[in-house]
Amino acid sequence: MSAPAGRSLQINRLWPLGWLICRRLLSGALVLLASATVTFFALRLTPGDPVRAVLGGPTANPTPETVARAIAEFGLDRPLPVQYLLHIGRLLRGDLGTSFSQHQQVSAVIAEQIGPTLWLTGSAVAVAWLLSTLSVLATARRGWALSAVGSAAETMAAALPQFWLGLVLLAVFAFGLRWFPPQSDGGFLGMVLPTLALAVPLAGFLAQVTRESFELALDQPFILSARMRGLGEGAVRWRHGLRHAALPGISLSAWAIGSLIGNAVLVEVIFSRPGLGRVLYQAVSVQDMPLTIGVTLVVTLVYVVASLAVDLLYILVDPRLKAKRT
Amino acid sequence: MSKASLIVDNLSVDFAAGSARKSVVRHVSFRVEPGRAVALVGESGSGKSVTARSLVGLAGAGAIVSATRLSYGDRDLRALSQRQWREIRGRDIGFVLQDALVSLDPLRTIGAEIEEALAAHGWGDRASRRRRAQDLLRSVGIPDPDIRALQRSDELSGGLRQRALIATALALDPAIVIADEPTTALDSTVQAQIVALLSAIKEKGHGLLIISHDLHLVSKLADEVVVMHHGDVVEQGPVSDVLAKPRHAYTRALLDAMPGRHPRRRRPIARDREEQASSLPETVLDVRDLTKTFDGPAGSARLAVDKVSFSIQRGRTLGIVGESGSGKTTVARIALGLVTPDEGEIAFAGRPWVASTGRGPRVSEADRRPYRRDLSVIYQDPLSSFDPRWTVGQILSDALQAAGLARKDQARRIADLLAKVRLPIEIADRWPLNLSGGQRQRVAIARALAANPKVVICDEPVSALDVSVQAQVLDLLADLQEELGIAYLFISHDLGVIRQISDDVLVMQSGRAVEQGATEQVFSAPAHPFTKALLQAAS
Repeated sequence: MSAPAGRSLQINRLWPLGWLICRRLLSGALVLLASATVTFFALRLTPGDPVRAVLGGPTANPTPETVARAIAEFGLDRPLPVQYLLHIGRLLRGDLGTSFSQHQQVSAVIAEQIGPTLWLTGSAVAVAWLLSTLSVLATARRGWALSAVGSAAETMAAALPQFWLGLVLLAVFAFGLRWFPPQSDGGFLGMVLPTLALAVPLAGFLAQVTRESFELALDQPFILSARMRGLGEGAVRWRHGLRHAALPGISLSAWAIGSLIGNAVLVEVIFSRPGLGRVLYQAVSVQDMPLTIGVTLVVTLVYVVASLAVDLLYILVDPRLKAKRT
Repeated sequence: MSKASLIVDNLSVDFAAGSARKSVVRHVSFRVEPGRAVALVGESGSGKSVTARSLVGLAGAGAIVSATRLSYGDRDLRALSQRQWREIRGRDIGFVLQDALVSLDPLRTIGAEIEEALAAHGWGDRASRRRRAQDLLRSVGIPDPDIRALQRSDELSGGLRQRALIATALALDPAIVIADEPTTALDSTVQAQIVALLSAIKEKGHGLLIISHDLHLVSKLADEVVVMHHGDVVEQGPVSDVLAKPRHAYTRALLDAMPGRHPRRRRPIARDREEQASSLPETVLDVRDLTKTFDGPAGSARLAVDKVSFSIQRGRTLGIVGESGSGKTTVARIALGLVTPDEGEIAFAGRPWVASTGRGPRVSEADRRPYRRDLSVIYQDPLSSFDPRWTVGQILSDALQAAGLARKDQARRIADLLAKVRLPIEIADRWPLNLSGGQRQRVAIARALAANPKVVICDEPVSALDVSVQAQVLDLLADLQEELGIAYLFISHDLGVIRQISDDVLVMQSGRAVEQGATEQVFSAPAHPFTKALLQAAS
């Protein structure tokens, strides 16, 4: 009895997980393909002809030879389906074209800028989680006054605009108290203020969602059961309540990572940080289509990867989902 | 395990909300001694659960507990700090909450839950706690504890889950074990096993406090009974005295309401009318050779219903009894036309109603629609089948609309329906959420009757009700049948309920109809070993 039961248990535990990852990778690939398709048509819909869009935007003045070379390279004299396939083919080879505003390969620009962006986004999400967890654990269902204070603080944090917070942090802690450098120098101290500017509003948002599910969880019978075993308040909250409450916040995190990468531009400008947000902003303002498309695709890719990670995290936190997804 | 007693004298519990104070338990006294069992008996709202929870200092937010004596061994429990309470919980007094599915953390393994109970009191190291958890699981009768310890409560059967929950309460070998409704929602054969386990725990010298509305369980396990009603003790004494010679009217009512005490007796007048109406009773539902297989995980298949046949005549009741997973609800869903069987067919009032996916003529939902109103259904939990924003009047009006009744006639018909289910007309303006369980089920019955159906399918309609309310609803269903000539397909896991309401019985086990016949015949002379085992477990 014991051996076959053990084996079938193991199969049940592992097989749906592999299936889930396969399915998610496939749907991620489809999302990327859709994104590539949209960018292909966006290029064709820009005012003027696509050759100009690739070669230097509305103000460019390319020589006839350059135009002829571009038409040959992108197959612009051939039918639309062929152009589309060429477009996808280039993307598959990792060839995102050349940015005329930066005079560089798009992939090189992205490779240079993505590091600081991922670093900032990652630390902002981590700090947001830390802050929201602390707030919920410390104040949710802790008597009327404390819980009202916690709840109000979270609502206020969620309502703060990131750029405004950035400016205030800069004024107080960089120029006023001189604790942190006003400009990002790539070191740890330079990271603190921009991270907080992004993390605090997100923390307020995460905490509001987590607080609600945390309070629901505390009403469940298994919480009473744990207390009846002699567990203290802290252990009950940490070990039983939080895990149930974390799920909505975790699914929100995938969205947060994607949106932070694209929207960090104001904070990056305020703190003079390099990053994809800043590059995207500059590319759009000079109508540098190859660079805009390249950054858009990379942000999509980060979204897809973050969603997959969140799905796996979900299953780690709530193993019941594994059985249901077969 | 120390051999200390739990002594409760004049325990009262009030709940304070703002300046208001509500008394929920008044002057309860009893003592739980080693190797003895006390039962707190009463219906929902009687204060029995609050009484039990106040014994571990968890009566709830705003609770004010007072007593002339509340002690465990030589410790006074009345003036303990939170820290001191935590030392007592689990170590001296173990508590088994009701419904193990939700009383064990659904995200954690049962092994982790037991180890946590040990760790909370600083017992042993990680490795020794793991060994102890497996020993405990084995001691409560869970096979393969090394595998089971790695499973979560939703991966276990109801019986194993309940055993695991009991194991978490026994982890530190507490002198006193409190069990709140330990057998509710379990199949009767599993109930018998849990009763045996609790008896064994008592034999080992633990003092037991059982909280239950089930007098049957109490009679098997308890030495002393405390009967509670609206927060007061109405009767108290040795179990044999109280159950055999109940002195208080409420205790008698509780005993009287136990389902199955009164096998069905049809009034002779109804028999005459029925015989006059037709010499051959009309068959309203004719079910032939139903078979249904469901796909299980990883390509396996589960045979949920296996060649089940039966027929129901006008004005009669067929009871289907079986344990969870026996296929009785699948049969009901096929009869409702919600699930298509792999084989077999159903005729409803002489017309094809359900056909199989296999060969033969199909019956589409469009074919069924004109006759849908002749077949209605009552579920176990009426609340979830009502739109919470609608009043009772709107709920009934919606059903009458569907039955094609003109709007101007609806008010009169709603009054008529409410009168039929013995509810005052004022209920029409209230929301289901504000009604009692019994009232809700009456509204559900009224809705089911709205279109004058020929057949009503009742899926566990009284399982969520207190026993005295159960008896009233069963009486109502029987009266309505005599009045209106409706046929019931009545599904329940409760043998007592089935015996009381049914003319004929069908016993299901693992998808098969193992026994079928007139109710008294099956109950007095069961032929199949499974039926015998069921009756044995319930007696």
